[in-house]
Amino acid sequence: MSYQGKKNIPKITSDRLLIKGGRIVNDDQSFHADIYMEDGLIKQIGDNLIVPGGVKTIEANGKMVIPGGIDIHTHFQMPYRGTTTVDDFNQGSKAALAGGTTMIVDHVIPEPGTSLMEAYDQWRQWADEKTCCDYSLHVDITHWNDSVKQEVDNLIKEKGVNSFHVYMAYKDYYQMSNSELYEVFTFLAERGGIAQVHAENGEIIAEEQARMLQMGITGPEGHVLSRPEELEAEAVFRAITIASQTNCPLYVTRVMSKSAADIISQARKKGNVVFGEPITASLGTDGTHYWSKNWAKAASFVTSPPLSPDPTTPDYLNTLLSSGDLSVTGSAHCTFSVAQKAIGKDDFTQIPEGVNGVEERMALIWDKAVTTGKMDENMFVAVTSTNAAKILNLYPRKGRIAVGSDADLVIWDTDSIRTITAKTHNSAAEYNVFEGMELRGAPLVVICQGKIVLEDGNLHATSGVGRFIPCSPFPDFAYKRVKARKQLAVLRAVPRGMYDGPVSEFSMSRGGTPSASARTSPTKQPVRNLHQSGFSLAGNPAPCGDLCNSTGGMSTIFLKDIPSFGVSVMVVKGAV
Amino acid sequence: MGKRLWSVPPSSSSLPPPPSSSSLLLPPPPLLSDSVWEGKALVHRRRPGGCQDAIRSLRLFLFPICGLPEDQLRPPLLLLPPLHHPHFNKPRTSRRLAVPGRSVKTEPPTKMSGYQGKKNIPRITSDRLLIKGAKIVNDDQSFCADIYMEDGVIKQIGENLIVPGGVKTIDAHGGMLMPGGIDVHTRFQMPDRGMTAADDFYQGTKAALAGGTTMIIDHVIPEPGISLISAFEQWREWADSKSCCDYSLHVDITEWHKGIQEEMETLVKDHGVNSFLVYLAYKDIFQLTDSQVYEVFSVIRDLGAIAQVHAENGDIVAEEQRRILEQGITGPEGHVLSRPEEVEAEAVNRSVTVANQTNCPLYVTKVMSKSAADVIAQARKKGTVVYGEPITASLGTDGSHYWSKNWAKAAAYVTSPPLSPDPTTPDYLNSLLSCGDLQVTGSAHCPFNTAQRAVGKDDFSLIPEGVNGTEERMSIIWDKCVVTGKMDENQFVAVTSTNAAKIFNLYPRKGRIAVGSDADLVLWDPDLTKIISAKSHNSTVEYNIFEGTEVRGGPLVVISQGKIVLEEGNLHATEGSGRYVARKPFPDYVYKRIKARSRLAELRGVPRGLYDGPVCEVSVTPKTMTPASSAKTSPAKQPNQPVRNLHQSGFSLSGAQIDDNVPRRNTQRIVAPPGGRANITSLG
Repeated sequence: MSYQGKKNIPKITSDRLLIKGGRIVNDDQSFHADIYMEDGLIKQIGDNLIVPGGVKTIEANGKMVIPGGIDIHTHFQMPYRGTTTVDDFNQGSKAALAGGTTMIVDHVIPEPGTSLMEAYDQWRQWADEKTCCDYSLHVDITHWNDSVKQEVDNLIKEKGVNSFHVYMAYKDYYQMSNSELYEVFTFLAERGGIAQVHAENGEIIAEEQARMLQMGITGPEGHVLSRPEELEAEAVFRAITIASQTNCPLYVTRVMSKSAADIISQARKKGNVVFGEPITASLGTDGTHYWSKNWAKAASFVTSPPLSPDPTTPDYLNTLLSSGDLSVTGSAHCTFSVAQKAIGKDDFTQIPEGVNGVEERMALIWDKAVTTGKMDENMFVAVTSTNAAKILNLYPRKGRIAVGSDADLVIWDTDSIRTITAKTHNSAAEYNVFEGMELRGAPLVVICQGKIVLEDGNLHATSGVGRFIPCSPFPDFAYKRVKARKQLAVLRAVPRGMYDGPVSEFSMSRGGTPSASARTSPTKQPVRNLHQSGFSLAGNPAPCGDLCNSTGGMSTIFLKDIPSFGVSVMVVKGAV
Repeated sequence: MGKRLWSVPPSSSSLPPPPSSSSLLLPPPPLLSDSVWEGKALVHRRRPGGCQDAIRSLRLFLFPICGLPEDQLRPPLLLLPPLHHPHFNKPRTSRRLAVPGRSVKTEPPTKMSGYQGKKNIPRITSDRLLIKGAKIVNDDQSFCADIYMEDGVIKQIGENLIVPGGVKTIDAHGGMLMPGGIDVHTRFQMPDRGMTAADDFYQGTKAALAGGTTMIIDHVIPEPGISLISAFEQWREWADSKSCCDYSLHVDITEWHKGIQEEMETLVKDHGVNSFLVYLAYKDIFQLTDSQVYEVFSVIRDLGAIAQVHAENGDIVAEEQRRILEQGITGPEGHVLSRPEEVEAEAVNRSVTVANQTNCPLYVTKVMSKSAADVIAQARKKGTVVYGEPITASLGTDGSHYWSKNWAKAAAYVTSPPLSPDPTTPDYLNSLLSCGDLQVTGSAHCPFNTAQRAVGKDDFSLIPEGVNGTEERMSIIWDKCVVTGKMDENQFVAVTSTNAAKIFNLYPRKGRIAVGSDADLVLWDPDLTKIISAKSHNSTVEYNIFEGTEVRGGPLVVISQGKIVLEEGNLHATEGSGRYVARKPFPDYVYKRIKARSRLAELRGVPRGLYDGPVCEVSVTPKTMTPASSAKTSPAKQPNQPVRNLHQSGFSLSGAQIDDNVPRRNTQRIVAPPGGRANITSLG
């Protein structure tokens, strides 16, 4: 399999590919057809295609051909206190391809106080060097001020980023206040971005962590005890409230619990534009392992929000994913070695967070949701690929098998059975949170950028071939509704005459001054005061003398024929 | 009533009233200006009904035509046998028997106050009272009996009571006698930026008594920076000198530091306070952060008190206010636009979450919207100890008035959380109150007069907040819930009085008619009809937010501290007669469950062997937060007890191992000894 990326080999063997006799599965329908691709694009779909001679042909034998998976949430090569997650972009994207995922979307995490743009460039550099499949980037907003706002604007306009992630947890570190969230969301709504949110109430977590440690609970079970699922649900609820106020599409990363999922599905029923992302771990396993007597095993499950100790959670989340209440799946793949996890051996709050899942995602969802009859193959394509492409505004380039789309395809074997174990997985981590799980369904052939990368169980990934795929703002999938609502949401003042009755004296020492805190208000503009602008919504009141009983006209306490705009309160009092 | 600061021109009240009550806007009958019968004849046609209604219409129609005082009008009622109302079926001569009491009514108020607490006046005229033939309505059952009270306490209940001779007797004729209402939420005389709420403790409690409420619980609201104790004492002084009925006090926590915690302890232990309110709104003034709320709730739970919360997301409100003002919306409609009900529901949800974490009982004041009520109802279904308090305003009117073209009228509705613009909200909240999802009712009575409101004439965010409702509370609930069949009379007693007494540990002294309970009673007339109006209300403000609402049901006689304060439409309230009622912590109604859960909620760590594999080096800057909360705000933290670290104590749960002292190589795989320690080293 030496033809990967070697340009001296005739094109015929590398860039042209025909899949015969496959059953094409998109999110809307399935049908039998052949697919011909060239230069990484799908060129023809149909029966009896006319293709150049000598093209490499794959016989699908009626097996399903699906759009390659999109893992919308990874943390490869993530720096953490001087170390880095064990799966870099090479290792991570290799694992992705092995599982049938042909595109990943990684999170750029700038340290608070540092430039978003620099962090973005850094991540681009890492990924361009090493990634084996196409990728895109989310950028996390870890602090908020005018320059961050400017950088967000540039990232959207020039750098192909349309999704930004904010944290409601990690107090005193990444966490944003409600006011900041409001401002971030307002800005993103203006610029056509998607607001992603890590939903947990960081303040309460900090309190609970302190309480656990005081009680002498220092092991990984303290992690889940200090982050009960209610705190996740609470933050989801709050994020939805703020998104609804700002008319901004919301994307909740890592839906880990029933109650958080319930809040999302309720909000969707009320009409909120909100997407929920369960991850491989929350769909496939639960939080009982935090009580494992094997510290290292327990620690390998540490992620935030934590896996729910309720063992019925995965099934519940799979059901909601099948019904459409949850929309997309990621892996939040972010693996640390045991030695790295052991940083927190005496204090669970110090354990680096993250679980594996990029490789297992597709098979796990197939096994839990499709073989159980919760969803069909089309829905499977929707939640593993198409919906993600739509949210990122990459559809139909990604997420669909159609002429002109990227040749990222998977021939899916519904009958293959595999047992997951750390011994055979492609991640560098010592533990696999799905250890011992037997899964039905696996990729038989994976085609990425028109090239075969997995065949006969052999992976032929090439480091550095992955391209950055820019995402443009205002994805239709999210913004059509938001735009329509924006037009409706114009507020109007009631045209009233001027109140010119007596006014009590008061001290300004306290009162509902609407100022946000000084630190966090880049979007503040000077308040336009109608009463001092000389512009009256009520029009010029007809002179009708004192105290007239106007019917349906102006109705002030004291009707005067001369509107006294801009006169101070005390002067009016004197005049009366 | 001669209390207006300045006259309101007719134009202000000639505006189209809310559509639902437009047909009510008729002038009151001239003859019955202040009588409880006011306006009946003119409105009776509005209530279509069967034969009973027709008869009532006829009866009501008679009064103004006769033009006679109310008492003299009663005999004709006897001509209408189908009407089975007790007051009307008994011969008039038997209505009032006792001679001494008769004088009570006719004595001027100054004379009334004369015998308050003066022991030289014969007891017979003041402290002893017999009510005969009443249907006693408690929250659990109704039954017929006589009641004898003495010294402000119910002494006997039963039939054929043996009482001293010459006792003043009221014949109830089978009328409903219920525990006096408890208004759990008032803000009389509340200071706001140098102004004071229009109704002081005298006016406010008078209004309460006029409506059948015999106890109020007011909020002490210390300015940030002022000590809780001194604010509490200030309120005590105001209330003791002016209150006409028994009262108690909630204390609001407007800032958080070590001193506050100590003061809370003192208030609970020495001053009989068992409820504290925190604000999730009013950013940069009263608002507390989630961490602070967590700590306050933890302290409250340890003290056995009730955590009350003003639930609105102040951060979002501040942002929305700014946005709305930027759009040029400065009138009272901006108030409701900047405080959408979602923001209320969010804060309720958050406070429920914090309360669950801290195992602290929660009490949500001012439930104003459907979604907030839904959050409470759901939380209760999940087992949270949470109580919801809708107020008179949210049960009786809606927020459509914020768009009134009359600025002063629109401003009169300004309160927070705002009234919902959804006109179906009151009905929904009444339903939830009836089914028990909401438990108690207050009024949040805190009206300001128009000149005070006008402070915010150019900026809605400066309008002082608060509506009236202490006088109207009982009647509105009766009219909206009992008349409509949503709840029965017993549930009515529960939501207007008993539940409040239970939650705040006043039960059964208050909230129940039983031997030994305080003689705070109301003889309730379910057929009394009244049109609420600022012209006749007991508050001092120019606007009544229920203006023109016709309510059925009202107090006929109100007895407070064993004395008649309302009779035949005449109010005999005595300034300063109200006593402060101290409340003990750990009310059973609330804390039984909390205590049981505290015992269950003990968490245990997993006994593990020592992890002694390789550990990565890390840079000093910690990624995860150190668990210390911000320095300013952690009085609740006990001085950090040294965390007992099993791993460093030399104590191993798995026992000493033979290889304890053998350093392990980093990546070595070692098979765990059978049944022994399960460590990192047992990979795979």
